[in-house]
Amino acid sequence: MGRTLAEKVYDAHVVRRAEGEPDLLYIDLHLVHEVTSPQAFDGLRMAGRRVRRPDLTIATEDHNVPTTDLLKPIADPVSRTQVETLRKNCSEFGVRLHPMGDEGQGIVHVIGPQLGLTQPGMTVVCGDSHTSTHGAFGALAFGIGTSEVEHVLATQTLPQVKPKTMAVTVEGGLPAGVTAKDLILAIIARIGTGGGQGHIVEYRGEAIRSLSMEGRMTVCNMSIEAGARAGMIAPDETTFEYLKGRPHAPRGEEWDRAVEYWTSLRTDDDAVFDKEVVIDAAELTPFVTWGTNPGQGLPLGDSVPDPATLADPVERQSAERALEYMGLTAGTPLRDIAVDTVFVGSCTNGRIEDLRAVAGVLRGRKVADGVRMLVVPGSMKVKKQAEDEGLNEVISAAGAEWREAGCSMCLAMNPDKLTPGERSASTSNRNFEGRQGPGGRTHLVSPAVAAATAVTGRLAAPADL
Amino acid sequence: MEAFTTYTGRAVPLRRSNVDTDQIIPAVWLKQVSRTGFDKGLFSAWREDPEFVLNQPRYEGAGILVAGPDFGTGSSREHAVWALQQYGFRVVIAARFGDIFRNNSTKMGLLPVVLTGEQVEALQSAVEKDPALEITVDLDGREVRWGADTASFEIDDYTRWRLMEGLDDIGLTLRHADAISGFEGDRAAWLPVTL
Ligand code: SF4
Repeated sequence: MGRTLAEKVYDAHVVRRAEGEPDLLYIDLHLVHEVTSPQAFDGLRMAGRRVRRPDLTIATEDHNVPTTDLLKPIADPVSRTQVETLRKNCSEFGVRLHPMGDEGQGIVHVIGPQLGLTQPGMTVVCGDSHTSTHGAFGALAFGIGTSEVEHVLATQTLPQVKPKTMAVTVEGGLPAGVTAKDLILAIIARIGTGGGQGHIVEYRGEAIRSLSMEGRMTVCNMSIEAGARAGMIAPDETTFEYLKGRPHAPRGEEWDRAVEYWTSLRTDDDAVFDKEVVIDAAELTPFVTWGTNPGQGLPLGDSVPDPATLADPVERQSAERALEYMGLTAGTPLRDIAVDTVFVGSCTNGRIEDLRAVAGVLRGRKVADGVRMLVVPGSMKVKKQAEDEGLNEVISAAGAEWREAGCSMCLAMNPDKLTPGERSASTSNRNFEGRQGPGGRTHLVSPAVAAATAVTGRLAAPADL
Repeated sequence: MEAFTTYTGRAVPLRRSNVDTDQIIPAVWLKQVSRTGFDKGLFSAWREDPEFVLNQPRYEGAGILVAGPDFGTGSSREHAVWALQQYGFRVVIAARFGDIFRNNSTKMGLLPVVLTGEQVEALQSAVEKDPALEITVDLDGREVRWGADTASFEIDDYTRWRLMEGLDDIGLTLRHADAISGFEGDRAAWLPVTL
């Protein structure tokens, strides 16, 4: 029987397989950041262990970094200690680090692909659930906890039980004005926050193939919001085109050999998935969330749902609570919801194409009175490229704030936060209670919807302008 | 990690679904570089509400958390597991768990028990009726017992063995250092290095 893409990559990394035990899986790339690593390095130190493969490890500072005044020390002493701890650990254990202010610094899931370190067929892990982003290249990439970070540092492997596989096939082409973010929000609303549990999702079909690498990363990024372990897309010409010439991509004859192997990384025609979902792209429109989990989303043209109409008691209760937290009334058209803040950025939508989409909408327009808009590039390289293209000028001229790279208001560990009761339209990936600041209310949207919303002050798509 | 065989004690019902790890331990608590002191951060936003279950004296000292489906979704932060353990929980029972949370729990010796939605509901109701109810979670027998009721749960043999022995994964893996070196010798030459 044929194998799926996920199975091919998984099988190629099994170091050891024994009856009744998990497989031991080799890890090709380990990404590290300041939040989930200090206790892991401590563990190594206490056991007298070293990092087995510093040459397969790379670290960056992203979650805590401020997005203004990079030359000053971090004001929050606890954040500062965490960043300084990473610096000490990296120098002690010989790990390459891109610190704040460095031209290679950025969100961990933006810098891996940007450097060409993320390649098809690799295994990639990080102490961060959005590691699934790297699956856009046909890599098997997943988030791990701190105990596992320590395990990978010490052994470059992880004990794993082979996950099940799931196909999400998006047939047909995406209608004009519908982006990768709308697509993944619609997929999560369809399969639910637990729909992918225990599975690696492979996204397939015409609509997926037509996406750029940036769009593919947006889709794979949010696999975790559907509960999946990882998301993958088979590598193709779009992938190779993106990788070619990047600092860590293979060159010369090595490139040819790599491409030959990468081309074999596709699901065989006779392979069987454990679960399959088919989505018709033609039905999709811009999509936004109204609740407090990423599965609580609807087309922008709809209204806030009435919990009483939900048959499942658990869903009903969760919707009731969500409406109360979000300060929304059932039946309100989503387009009538006014926001205070618009956040563009994160590992979901902080790449160059996202910033181009935002600038495209903002060009010649103004952010509505009373709305604050933050635009935070995913990395210093993205920032530089955007500035070379003049996008920052368009964004600033519209009245939005152009910031330095980092996670920023995606999780509000730095000073960029919502205040209690404040409402945002955000291009990030989580609308959990308090995620963007205690009491803050988040609507997840695409970059295009974020920009249009900033202009009107209410949830809107560019077509509404 | 702490070995787990059987735990007998009281439980607290958390009637919420999709309790993501941002709720279990909000991001502001993640700035610590040590492994201790996370108990104060457990559900810290919800604990501001005096009515929240963990603030109700009748559930004080409970070692088992009985939660709604999709517990521990979202962020990979292992701090969520540390917070639950440091607060005093040894077991979390739910109908579904986030994959990474579940994995992190078994690395630390916090037992995640999957029961059906109906069983969880029955247990929550029983505890609400009698907060002093004694519940036994028996990993060896793969059973949860309370009053006259018994619910069995599944857990793979290997994870069960590791939990019961309290074994550290790194030590187990390093027994296969030769296999790892052998694998490394065969890796493709084009694979990237960071240094
Ligand atoms: S941008 Fe947000 S989701 Fe992505 S790594 Fe940073 S905090 Fe996590």
